[in-house]
Amino acid sequence: MTHLIDMADIDKAFGGVVALNKAGLQLEAGEVHAIIGQNGAGKSTLIKILTGVYRKDAGAVRIGGQETSISTPREAQDAGIATIYQELSLVPLRSVTENVMMGYEPRTRFGLIDWKEAHRRAGEILQRFGVDIDVRAQLGTYSTAIQQLVAIARAVSLNARLVIMDEATSSLDDQEIETLFNVVRELKRDGVAVLYISHFLDELYQICDRVTIMRDGQTVATHKIPETTKLGLISEMLGRDPKEIADAGMTALSGHNAEPGEVLLEAKSISTAAGLKNVSVSIRKGEIVGLGGLLGSGRTETARALFGLDKLRTGQVRWRGASASVGSPADAISDGIGFLTEDRKREGIIPDMSVRENMTLALLPKLRKFGRVDRKREKELVEDFIKSIGIKTTGMEQPIRELSGGNQQKVLLARWLALDPEVLLLDEPTRGVDVGAKFEIQSIIRDYVQRGLGVLLISSEFEEIVEGADRIAVLQDGYTVSELVNPGVTEEALIAAIAHHHERRAA
Amino acid sequence: MTTGAMLNFDKARIAHYGGPIALVAILLFNVAITPNFLHPQTLFVNISQVATIAIVAVGMTLVIATGGIDLSVGAIMALSGAMAPLIFLSPYAEAYPTIGLTAAIGVPILVAFACGLFNGVLVSVFNVQPIVATLIFFISGRGIALVLTNGNLQTFTNPAFSYLGTGKILGLPFQGWLVAIIAIAAWWMVAHSTYGRQLLAVGGNERAARLSGVPVRKVKIGAYVICAGLSGLAGLIVVAINSASDAARIGNLMELDAIAAAVVGGTLLQGGRAPIFGAILGAVIIQLVKYTLLANGVADEVALIAKAAIIILAVYVQQARRE
Amino acid sequence: MVDATTFDLRQHVGGNSHSSGVWIALIALIAFGLLRYENFGGAYNISSFLNFNAMFIVIAVGMCFVIMTGGIDLSVGSVAAFTSVVAAYLSPYGLQVALPGTIAAGIAIGALNGFFVVAMRIPPFIATLATMLGAKGGALVISGAQTISIDWSSNFTKLGMEQAFGILPWTIVVTGIVVVGLWIVLERTSLGRTVLAIGGGEDASVMMGLSVIRAKFFVYTLSGGCAGLAGLFLASGFGAGQPLEGVGWELSAIASVVVGGTLLTGGMGSIPATVAGALLLGLVFNILNFENGRGVISLSAYWQMVIRGGFLFVVILFQSRVARASAKETS
Repeated sequence: MTHLIDMADIDKAFGGVVALNKAGLQLEAGEVHAIIGQNGAGKSTLIKILTGVYRKDAGAVRIGGQETSISTPREAQDAGIATIYQELSLVPLRSVTENVMMGYEPRTRFGLIDWKEAHRRAGEILQRFGVDIDVRAQLGTYSTAIQQLVAIARAVSLNARLVIMDEATSSLDDQEIETLFNVVRELKRDGVAVLYISHFLDELYQICDRVTIMRDGQTVATHKIPETTKLGLISEMLGRDPKEIADAGMTALSGHNAEPGEVLLEAKSISTAAGLKNVSVSIRKGEIVGLGGLLGSGRTETARALFGLDKLRTGQVRWRGASASVGSPADAISDGIGFLTEDRKREGIIPDMSVRENMTLALLPKLRKFGRVDRKREKELVEDFIKSIGIKTTGMEQPIRELSGGNQQKVLLARWLALDPEVLLLDEPTRGVDVGAKFEIQSIIRDYVQRGLGVLLISSEFEEIVEGADRIAVLQDGYTVSELVNPGVTEEALIAAIAHHHERRAA
Repeated sequence: MTTGAMLNFDKARIAHYGGPIALVAILLFNVAITPNFLHPQTLFVNISQVATIAIVAVGMTLVIATGGIDLSVGAIMALSGAMAPLIFLSPYAEAYPTIGLTAAIGVPILVAFACGLFNGVLVSVFNVQPIVATLIFFISGRGIALVLTNGNLQTFTNPAFSYLGTGKILGLPFQGWLVAIIAIAAWWMVAHSTYGRQLLAVGGNERAARLSGVPVRKVKIGAYVICAGLSGLAGLIVVAINSASDAARIGNLMELDAIAAAVVGGTLLQGGRAPIFGAILGAVIIQLVKYTLLANGVADEVALIAKAAIIILAVYVQQARRE
Repeated sequence: MVDATTFDLRQHVGGNSHSSGVWIALIALIAFGLLRYENFGGAYNISSFLNFNAMFIVIAVGMCFVIMTGGIDLSVGSVAAFTSVVAAYLSPYGLQVALPGTIAAGIAIGALNGFFVVAMRIPPFIATLATMLGAKGGALVISGAQTISIDWSSNFTKLGMEQAFGILPWTIVVTGIVVVGLWIVLERTSLGRTVLAIGGGEDASVMMGLSVIRAKFFVYTLSGGCAGLAGLFLASGFGAGQPLEGVGWELSAIASVVVGGTLLTGGMGSIPATVAGALLLGLVFNILNFENGRGVISLSAYWQMVIRGGFLFVVILFQSRVARASAKETS
């Protein structure tokens, strides 16, 4: 039997680093196929080879039984493969119509673009998804959810045989996800295959027929969804024994500590232009406060406001009971607050600088001696941290870009720990690092909390918050809606709290 | 894969040693072809000529290290170069020569600092792209210089001021020593001061630097101010060498020489790196290319085209190294 | 949400909401001129004003395309100087040779820019700075650093010195055709839309399967061609090839584009508003001339350079404020 898509023995390396090693994937017409794996497992590399963004080093790609060599995204589109990426795939400055039709605009008799027809068609396609918007307006003026649906509309309008959705639901709310699933089901009825990439395993059980698991650049297995269990999938993704996971718990954050101390940092009914409406949260000495909520609920924005990055519109931030005038990161840092950001690459590391220089960046004002960097103290300090938190590096002069994700993250964590802070704001501290490093980072955090550090923890992995946090402030659309207190919080309880539509307090 | 790695290695090697190799090649070429190249006079001429390029290139290197660019250096040279004679030729300065001389050096450099402040504020506070922000002074700075002097050539005899361009210490031109001092100071700043570290951090990843409490605006403004100040100094040296000031010509196309010197010296246009001595080496290469063409009777105009080719080549080699 | 009527206006005249200012300023300045100076609205002033500014309009429109992709072309002034010399040398063969020949020379240099940017991946400002230098050198070499007089006996002089149908200068007629043609290219062809998409997000455009490389190469070539046409206007208008002209033209062009509401980062832009921007800048100088003539102020030619810089400064300051304000609204 010929497969719609058959990728076999695909190899790919980037500058000597192997990303794919004999990876494969088979898709049938009319199926919804999930692909899962840790960050760095090779999912997106495999897909980008299929869509012509990268070129394979070895292996074969067959579409409908025919061996093909797609080398540009355009060729992939013409072969009937449409992709919806998490980001990057649309142009927010241009109109909705242009984003749907770009490259395939209807023409008038004179060969010029027929905008009237283009607007009509774009509107028609979007209406099929129940989206009724002004297609002439800039795409960027609409919500992320609508932009996501526009991307799907583009894919559908291209008469695709395969639609690839890369983390398509990560920024959608329940209702929008339901709309998306309806579209997926409709595509399936029309015989279109859907390749579905998601971190949310629950979604797989709602919508997918089969699942392929990847680990370390290889394809581990492909199963029919009804024949799998969540635990089984996780153990295959991690490459560990399911029993071991069940026994140990999912994280190393748990382990309770003494009574928390006085309140250090506190937000009182704050709102910002970045989307916070009314958020209150406090962090005490020696405790972990989790921020629960979906993407876009205001978690990162809360941390940014506490760190002085976003100006407050109303409300106040208090530091040790006094009204703090946190106007800039420098102010926050000198108070004793650190902020480990979510986007390690864009907001964390300075790629060409060494481990040493990256680690002491925030500490520079304290290392200053007559305008000079106190090299001796700097080296001692870096040496200590490399040992105490186990950073794997050839030496402190190695450029940080050469380190693995987990070790980069440890250096960034050390950047803040070196300041001897009283409060750390941690935004997705274990995202994109391998399992081993994840446990290590979690236990470092726990260790410092036991010594009196206050932590605000943001994580999309609910187990991390449920097991690690002493209290959880639940956010929804920029409001704090409830607070859960450990022990006793379960993942189900957290999900229920997030899903439950509380009555909003007036802003 | 092995061949790929070897290829990368070779490219990196070329990019890394390209500067010194080019220098040696030009020197050998000149020794063989150019008449009187080994005469000490040739050395003095080249040192006195390279000084202005090198001084501006140091400033340019610092600006590029923040991920910016400064197109206004030549115009700022013209502005400061036009002001100096206006000041020391004024009746007051003739009456009090010491004060006059101090002011003739101090005021133009202060004005240059102010121009740098303007550039820096536009870039860091108003978020204007550096190319466009510095394009303003690129044109109007020279315009102001021309307006001040009414487009006239100012000639003068003022030995004290001319020492800047014609003086000698231990037999070598004064401005050569000045370059050495500036280069060492700038190198120390980049390698050892907290400001230097912050400068490189801003160029390496501005957002990360800001989140780590680095005062990004101040750091950037500082780089533009230093660059403008050095340009102002270079403008004074040019005027001192010639004992004449022509606002239309001082520092003409200097932005290109300085950018080329910085790039040839290994500065990344993306920012994050500030090889000061590399920039000096780059300046020497640019000067020698100019000298070689001139000494062998190649017209100025053709030399322009050669310079354009060098810039393209240097940036291309550098880009290749990045990939 | 934007309602349909205002959107149409933005799409087809203004390009975006930032640009309404340029039209208001233009109308205000024209009204000021009409009220204050007797000859301002006279046929002679209008005709010579348009004739003189035709080259700046053409260059600004070419620059607009480059900037919409998020790039920049600093070589336009030198290219115009170079091609004006080429035009002077070609003038004995008449317009039928000089027109295509001069534009071809501009296109060749523009294509070189495109090659540097697209194939060698040199940052646009470095690539075009180098060609600026190269074209300047080239102009001096082929002219021997002298202005090259055109051949007055051929039909070449017609372009810059005579009027079509006795009303409008030929230069402005040609400019009008070019502007309308390019406007259609921008609004109604895939190539034009790709140019805008690149500025809005180059990676996204690649992902969408657009011909990004072709479009980027196109804009630099186009800008070179426009500069070539401007060089032709320059030679025919002044009766000579001018190897030393063109200083600061890139600045005027960038200022015109920006004042027309085009974002310097690309992704949005308007041809009519760019033309309005070029006219506005020209009008500032025209009015200063009138003031000079009245003896109210006396500004040397050097002030032009200062004013050009000042104009760009004001425009940029304004745009950065608008950009900030709208960033606040959307976030």
